[in-house]
Parts: sequence; C-alpha cells; structure tokens
Amino acid sequence: MKRVGVLALQGAVREHIKSVQACGAEAIAVKWPKDLENLDGLILPGGESTTMRRLIDRYGLMEPLREFAQTGKPMFGTCAGLILLAETVVGSDDAHLGVMDVTVERNSFGRQVDSFEAPLEIRGIAGPFEAVFIRAPHIVSVGAGTEVLCVHNGKIVMAKDGQFLGCSFHPELTDDHRITNYFLSMIQDKSDLLLPNPSTYSKV
Amino acid sequence: MTEQGTDRVKRGMAEMQKGGVIMDVVNAEQARIAEAAGATAVMALERVPSDIRRDGGVARMADPRITEEVMKAVSIPVMAKARIGHIVEARILEAMGVDYIDESEVLTPADEEFHLLKNQYTVPFVCGCRNLGEAARRIGEGASMLRTKGEPGTGNIVEAVRHLRQVNAEIRKVVAMSEDELMTEARNLGASYEFLKEVKSLGRLPVVNFAAGGIATPADAALMMELGADGVFVGSGIFKSDNPERFARAIVEATTHYQDYKLIAELSKDLGIAMKGIEISTIAAGERMQERGW
Repeated sequence: MKRVGVLALQGAVREHIKSVQACGAEAIAVKWPKDLENLDGLILPGGESTTMRRLIDRYGLMEPLREFAQTGKPMFGTCAGLILLAETVVGSDDAHLGVMDVTVERNSFGRQVDSFEAPLEIRGIAGPFEAVFIRAPHIVSVGAGTEVLCVHNGKIVMAKDGQFLGCSFHPELTDDHRITNYFLSMIQDKSDLLLPNPSTYSKV
Repeated sequence: MTEQGTDRVKRGMAEMQKGGVIMDVVNAEQARIAEAAGATAVMALERVPSDIRRDGGVARMADPRITEEVMKAVSIPVMAKARIGHIVEARILEAMGVDYIDESEVLTPADEEFHLLKNQYTVPFVCGCRNLGEAARRIGEGASMLRTKGEPGTGNIVEAVRHLRQVNAEIRKVVAMSEDELMTEARNLGASYEFLKEVKSLGRLPVVNFAAGGIATPADAALMMELGADGVFVGSGIFKSDNPERFARAIVEATTHYQDYKLIAELSKDLGIAMKGIEISTIAAGERMQERGW
C-alpha cells in the first residue's frame, strides 16, 4: 500500500487524510522530521502559508523537506502548499521550499469576499472539477519543464513540474477524489520497480 | 459559472484556519507581531475584551481606520467584530473587505431578540455558542464558523471548557440516539430536526468550532485542543501579558503540538506574567458577556 504523508502543522489536514484514505492509500500526519521516513509521497495542505513557514523553521523541518524533495518522491501542494513548493513568491525575496519551477502570487484573486467556486477543466482529469478557491494564490509563470494543467480566467491555477504537483484551489474541500487519485498515480508502485521502466524501454 | 459567497467558500475559509491561533489586535504594530508569531488570522478591534470589561459603557464596532490599518499591515486574513444584530455594522465591515465577521457578545448587543441573518451576506461569520442548541441556531442563520463563548477578558479558561464540553457531549448524545428520538431532542435543544440529522450523520458539527474566551497561557490553548477545539482565539491573553511576542509564539506552538507536553513545558518557561485573571463568581450575572445572545 502506498504511504502518503500530509504535513500536519496547520490547515486542512483532516480533509487530505480522508481523501488519501478514500483512494485506498495509507495517510500519515507529518509533524516532525522523523515522520517523513518511509513515505512514498507528501501532501502540503491548504492553510496559512506564513503560519506553516514559521512552524517549519521552528522545528527544523525545512532541510528534511528539501531532502525529501530531492529524493524524487512526488509532492502535492494545495493553495498554501503550492506557495510552500514554489521557487519564487511574488513580493518576497525568500521562497519557502523553493523546489517547484513556478512563480506564485499570494491572495491574487482578492480578499475572502472575492473567494469563489467554479467548475474547471483539468488536463489529464476528465470532466468539470468543482474547485473551491479561498483567498487563493495563482501561478504567474512557469519554467520550461513545467506543464500547465489548468487555466481559469487567464490565470494558471494548476501545474506539474516533474514530481511536483500544485494547485491554487482546495480539492480537499470536496468529495471528488480525482485529483488525489491523480497524485497517487504519480507515485511509482513499489511492485513496478521490479519491472523495466516502460519509458526507458520504449526508447530502446 | 463562478459563484461567490457559497457555503463551501465561507465554511472552507474557516477550515483553512484549523489548528491555528487567531489573535485580537488593536493596531498595525500588534497585527505584525501576531503575523510574525504565526497567527493564522487577526481580529481587529478598538479595545481588547479585558479593557472593554474594565471601561464599561457601550462597546461598538471598531473605528474603521483601525481595521483598515490592520488590513494594510498584514497578509493573513483579518476578522472584525460587529454587535449582535447590528445589520449596518456588519454591512460596513463587509464593504471594507474584512475577511470574516465575528457577531460578538464581547460588544454590547444592538438587538436583544434577533441575531443577524448571516446567510444574506457574502462575507462569512463566526458566532459564539455555549451548547448545541445555540450552535444550531447560529448555523441556521448562516454562521460559517463557531467558537465557544467562554467568558471574554477574564483570562479564566473555566467557561470555555464548560462550553466546549457541553457542545461535544451533546453531539455525542445525538450521534448515539436512535432516529426516532431526534425530534424530541430537537425540541429540547431548540435546534432544527434537519440540523440534528446532519450532526448525527457527520458525527460532528458541519462547521469548524474554535475555543475562545479566557485563554491566557500555552497550556490553556493546548487544553482546548485536547478537548476537541479545531483551533483557538486569544483575546486579551497576548497583548495583556508581560511579553506579547513570546506569548504569541508559545501559544501558536502549543496549539500545533498540543499533545507534546515536554515541549509545552519548555515553551512555558520564563514567559513572564500572564494577564491577571478574574474569578468568574466575582462577576455579577448581568455583566457576564456569555449571557448575551440566545
């Protein structure tokens, strides 16, 4: 069974754990560096990015999180989680993890009264997805290797850079688990490791 | 196709605050201290509850200049208080772009009979409750987040504990009831039958429930989390303490790691003096803020 961590410092932790479990994987709440051991992937939930950053720094989680990112294991950030992953945050000299090749702008749809929900078409995920945006960030620009998965009203709201997946909205606030499933599909099944990697295979 | 002010958007905003600390602030400088300490939001007001209690008189919505100053100072959400039933104060705060309104018993009620019909607004509301019936009525009016009433401005946690235990005990009772007992329970609590059915099927309230009213130390915050609060509001507890920066940081960390008692011991060392508390029995019944609202 795939083991997926959910960074559990603050925010919509419970919802992500529920979604991971609904998709048939094991969910682990991550509060300390040791909780990152033996995980196959990690979700950074929605919440307040400034609060999470402060707690990450205070409890020595920054380096272990960056090391986790270096292992090539998939990471998925929603809203505040996307801000934590981004290489550049507009108006700030200091990125957080700085591992995903995107530039994000915080609160870029306005204040809470401007928060909204809208059906989205997401590449690789069929049909409209009911997305909830709350004081959401958006992706201003992406690097050459980053794939844009969804644009809403001219703003990039979901992207994938190698093993990093990020979105502006909160799939965890709905009962639609397709995005969590998509993220889980990015985690290589351990049993697959015994077989030749199909992508290299096809190049031969 | 894009929809604003839906239940999901308004309740979702409170979901994002979970595990966090919302701090009362009276100016931009305090707001920046709160944000730097890791607050998930700030509550902008003119006077903290302990000063309101001391000064007496009518307590109203804060001067919009204070709220505006706080909104400019920080990037985290800003909440503000309106008087119970004061439609225009609430509309003013909504027009200013405040992120959440607290229809609060800390201020002097504008209406002693009717609360705001909160589902008419785009901005979400948080309200206080002491029991499941009160929670049901506030949610019925459209509150997207709840908090215990506690006894604000006292630095005494006893009432917040009482209210959180009461709500959670009543939820457990409803969950354990058979369906044919729910209607009578609805009548007894003053809650709607539909609401109790929802609570029974969810096993919890349909909105986030924070603790508020009397939290003065990191251990107090951790206690409320232990009892099942989704997060905490700290009013006078931070900026009426000896060292607000350290108190604020310690309360944030104790809320996240509320079951790590060695850590809370460390956080609590040499913090200086917490706000001076008030024993509840010394407050005349008519002066208890929790009695405001119904």
